[in-house]
Amino acid sequence: MIRLNNIHKSYVMGNNSLHVLKGIDLQIEQGDFVSIMGSSGSGKSTLLNILGMLDNYDNGTYHLSGNLIQNMSEKKAAKYRNDLVGFVFQSFNLISFKNAMENVALPLYYKGVPRKKRNLIAMEYLEKLGLKEWANHMPNEMSGGQKQRVAIARALISQPKIILADEPTGALDSATSYEVMDILKKVNDDGITVIIVTHEHDIASMTNQIHEIIRNGELKQFKKSYTRGLEIV
Amino acid sequence: MFDIDKWQEILATIKKNKMRTFLTGFSVAWGIFMLMILLGSGNGLSNGVAANFMNDAVNAMWIWTGETTIPYEGMKTGRPIRFQNQDQEIVQKVPGVGVSSGRYFMGNTRYSYLKESGEYTTITCQPELKDVENLILNEGRFINQIDILQKRQVVVIGSDSKTALFKDSVALGEFVNINKVPFKVVGICTEPGSTRNRNAYMPLSTAQMIFNGSNRLHNLALTIDASTLEESQAIEDQIRNALGRQHKFDPKDEGAIGLYNKLENYIQTMKIFQAIKIFIWIIGIGTLIAGIVGVSNIMLIVVKERTKEIGIRKAIGASPASVIGLILLESIMITTLAGYIGLVLGTGLMELVNYFMMQSAGPATDQSETIFLNPTVDINIAVYATLLLIVAGAIAGYIPAKRAASIKPIVALRDE
Repeated sequence: MIRLNNIHKSYVMGNNSLHVLKGIDLQIEQGDFVSIMGSSGSGKSTLLNILGMLDNYDNGTYHLSGNLIQNMSEKKAAKYRNDLVGFVFQSFNLISFKNAMENVALPLYYKGVPRKKRNLIAMEYLEKLGLKEWANHMPNEMSGGQKQRVAIARALISQPKIILADEPTGALDSATSYEVMDILKKVNDDGITVIIVTHEHDIASMTNQIHEIIRNGELKQFKKSYTRGLEIV
Repeated sequence: MFDIDKWQEILATIKKNKMRTFLTGFSVAWGIFMLMILLGSGNGLSNGVAANFMNDAVNAMWIWTGETTIPYEGMKTGRPIRFQNQDQEIVQKVPGVGVSSGRYFMGNTRYSYLKESGEYTTITCQPELKDVENLILNEGRFINQIDILQKRQVVVIGSDSKTALFKDSVALGEFVNINKVPFKVVGICTEPGSTRNRNAYMPLSTAQMIFNGSNRLHNLALTIDASTLEESQAIEDQIRNALGRQHKFDPKDEGAIGLYNKLENYIQTMKIFQAIKIFIWIIGIGTLIAGIVGVSNIMLIVVKERTKEIGIRKAIGASPASVIGLILLESIMITTLAGYIGLVLGTGLMELVNYFMMQSAGPATDQSETIFLNPTVDINIAVYATLLLIVAGAIAGYIPAKRAASIKPIVALRDE
């Protein structure tokens, strides 16, 4: 599904160059439930953005569903994003002047689905996430957990192969965090690959696979030992 | 382009962002509205003054006599100049002179019909005067050449005099006594731009014979064929030279004969109006530029404000072209609609002003002097001005929209 080979990424700020990702190798298969951990500034969000084609990388190769993702045009990237990827952000990123249903339906607009049909589908997804009666509410009338569920519905509506979640529980209390994780777990049960970036250990431990970006920008898989460590404590 | 869904998306965005829509629309509508009022007022003023000139033939000229003020060929100043019938023939021979008529004023003459009587000015003239002064015949005819040749005792009276003397009865064919001499009424006329139609016109030859005018003329009225100021001044100089030779005065002597050249006046006034029009256009263009700057400003803010939204849209699969299209079509739609509203309001107001002026002027509109007439704007100019604003709004929106659409979605998403 996802093949990263020796990915490098650095940010240029004035005269300084900040080398964030130093040769990342990563393989994620269809249906995996993966978390990527790391301390602040370790480059985990950068990695997720590269995975989601929101950002480009300097060196290496990235294959998504067998396609090489490299120096592609904005238009093509947009098409891939629309077809393959659903995003869930820490700050929800709902469009403030659209109600819940319209927000959820928006990806289908870019797929060319007619208005009535996409609003119907959006209602289905909202119902699945228990937000049917909130369909006509604006984002600022909803709680953080509700907003994140709307965002998940929006990510799911285009039936993507991968859900990329950037700190999906970062702005939520622990109870709602667990609710959101339950939802993502169910999404994964339907066969969709879910990749979560987080710095919270308890959130990461709910996934099947944990990768940690350690200080030198390398990736390490340590799910088993980590869970055992938690159990000992 | 004509994707209904796209328009629905745009309409939904407009509906939810009323303030932004209003501000963009207002600056366009206001610009067009002000332009319409400015140009309309300018046109109204220009049309009004032009119409006043049309009361007489635009190319009319009047010549009257005075006393010499410059010594000439040994003769002292203060010598009175008198026109005689042959002076008209001399003037008529000057190239560029159209029609001409000699005039002999009789001052207040007493008109009586049955028991009614009144004193009116009698102008004795030739048939050509009708063309010089644009006289309007309400009934009957004007003095004709046969009247002149046969020295007929006929008269054309002003419409007010007719009412005073004849009341409601028919005047044509009746005889009025003028200074106790009977004259047959052959026509009733009005003068354009006059509210007192009390002048009477009678054949020059008849008047000179009956009222002892011999061959004297008081003044000459004529039309000239000239299209420029220079041409009309050349004709004026030739007339002065010809009359100067006849009466032995310096052609430069402004006192010997007086001369009023309507064309010269008309051309000069129109020049002033051209200057006023240029001035109005400068202000109008200034207003348009203010509108363009306003639209550009708002579009810049709109794009800035929507950066995050653009990021979200791109993250869920919007192509850069669709993002630019969304912003541009919205801006074009708002500016077009607002431009149209400004156009309708502006022309509507000018039409209203026009209507009320016509109302207050009443039935005397043809007669009275008006300074403001038909204050409307060429619809092409209005449409071009609106198009200009739409294009300006589109360009002003395109540049930042393109920039916003081409930045990485991740950067746009970070924008708070």
